[in-house]
Amino acid sequence: MGSRASTLLREEEIEEIKKETGFSHSQITRLYSRFTSLDKGENGTLSREDFQRIPELAINPLGDRIINAFFPEGEDQVNFRGFMRTLAHFRPIEDNEKNKDPTASEPLNSRSNKLLFAFRLYDLDRDDKISRDELLQVLRMMVGVNISDEQLGSIADRTIQEADQNGDNSISFNEFIKKVCL
Amino acid sequence: YFLLNFNPFDNLLCILLGISFTVWFTLLLVFIIVPAIFGVSFGIRQLYMKTLLKIFEWATHRIERGAKDNNHLLYKPYSNAIIAKEPTSLEEEIKEIRRSGSNRDLDHASEFEMSDIFYFCRQGVESIMDDEVTKRFSAEELESWNLLTRSNYNFQHISLRLTVLWGLGVVIRYGFLLPLSNNTLCFMTCNFLSEQVHLMCYRICVRALTAIITYHDSENKPKNGGICVANHTSPIDVIILASDGCYAMVGQIHGGLMGVIQKSMVKACPHIWFERSEVKDRHLVAKRLSDHVEDKTKLPILIFPEGTCINNTSVMMFKKGSFEIGSTVYPVAIKYDPRFGDAFWNSSQFGMVNYLLRMMSSWAIVCSVWYLPPMTREEGEDAVQFANRVKAAIARQGGLVDLLWDGGLKRGKVKDTFKEEQQKLYSKMLVGTQEDRSRS
Repeated sequence: MGSRASTLLREEEIEEIKKETGFSHSQITRLYSRFTSLDKGENGTLSREDFQRIPELAINPLGDRIINAFFPEGEDQVNFRGFMRTLAHFRPIEDNEKNKDPTASEPLNSRSNKLLFAFRLYDLDRDDKISRDELLQVLRMMVGVNISDEQLGSIADRTIQEADQNGDNSISFNEFIKKVCL
Repeated sequence: YFLLNFNPFDNLLCILLGISFTVWFTLLLVFIIVPAIFGVSFGIRQLYMKTLLKIFEWATHRIERGAKDNNHLLYKPYSNAIIAKEPTSLEEEIKEIRRSGSNRDLDHASEFEMSDIFYFCRQGVESIMDDEVTKRFSAEELESWNLLTRSNYNFQHISLRLTVLWGLGVVIRYGFLLPLSNNTLCFMTCNFLSEQVHLMCYRICVRALTAIITYHDSENKPKNGGICVANHTSPIDVIILASDGCYAMVGQIHGGLMGVIQKSMVKACPHIWFERSEVKDRHLVAKRLSDHVEDKTKLPILIFPEGTCINNTSVMMFKKGSFEIGSTVYPVAIKYDPRFGDAFWNSSQFGMVNYLLRMMSSWAIVCSVWYLPPMTREEGEDAVQFANRVKAAIARQGGLVDLLWDGGLKRGKVKDTFKEEQQKLYSKMLVGTQEDRSRS
């Protein structure tokens, strides 16, 4: 516990993260404390095992996919900046952000980016399409052993039928947005 | 030859040592041993406590002022909640998500919606930001600084006065409190000849650790033939309870010094020690425990059903073994005041010796003990429900969070059955609508 004091976050870093993610100062220090408490190896990065140690996450049917979302392509460790960047997607959209300057880059927690996060939970191979197989995989994770293959298959088929508009038998990001339409 | 090597300075040293030893011994006798034997108190410790609190307040205030002057922002990790949520069920939340979706007519309720994953997604990320379990296995974070570097994240040089105070604190704690505890702890290991001596030894221990304990509702103290259950934070819990009453302890025989102590304790009172192999046999354990409680001349058994040390902010799952025996249960709630020194034993971080050193060198161990009214298992209640009822009562009294999670999660992985439960719930939502559809 004494070593935590030595890895205190510097003011400049906090400012950078604030600009990039939009979290407030106290939220960033709070999440930094959380990051260090999860980091059992005390090397400034989190591995997949560190996440799986959270019981409430381990029992989440989509737990592994959510953990995956934190790790960039092919990497096994995530540092604090990466951690915050992913969490930033979940920050609620505040009123003063709605009328932002349209030429500025899109904030991480924009509606579109939130939907993209969810889309990527389905689209494992990142080909920007949710195929029938990918849909089935996620369905299987959420229902466990309680529904038969045939039933699950027909649910998947029906979903694709309803959502697919260009007839390629898979769901693109735009079709996803229209289907979900939150 | 001998006289030629006689150094006057040596002589002085001897005299000084002799004097300090005598002073020590007298202090020891007057302030610790004699009151412990007779069970009286001088009220010195209460005064000590009040003074310490005032000093801590000043120290914290000084840090805050210093930080403001230097334009730093203070590190207050847990003072504001980061997640805004109200607890609802899986079904309600998924329905809510679907409802706020596109223009679906609700009588044509779909079975599966792509937006359903938002629920699991949000639950998952919320648990990454903050979860109820992992924070119970590390020491509680404090708002004010108690002059121990071990509990401070803002420790930088703020003012000379504060640093001097901290230095003084170190000198007092390591130069005075620690040796004091060491000396008196030696008394504890010497003899366990009778019940009364037992009590006295524990009382001496309590004073040695500068423990300031307040007992509430002593009329509910556990009686013979009953089982006393309490929430577990540290090995000191045992000392605290045993200095106010005699209990039979249950546990595994350890090797080494602990084992020798355990075996010698049995001569005084019949404690229930198990060999390591016997621990696995639950029936054997249950039989020995019930034999013990049936004998009304034997002392009440002291058990910590959580099975491991928790950090005193919550009470975790009670193992049902002790609640199956069917005797009267006397619940006890123990709450430590974290301002004076954190009593939680994080066994994955420190060993026993390291932990005891930290305990003996902290300012004081202040805690409250509440003896709750006895409870028995009611008609139609199984052991697990009874255990949860007792746990809820202890949590309420001690102001702790009542959790269903198993303390064993400190070291082990969570069981898959919990995930399967969630999957079952969700499947019911999908398949349930299918059945209605086939009917219509």
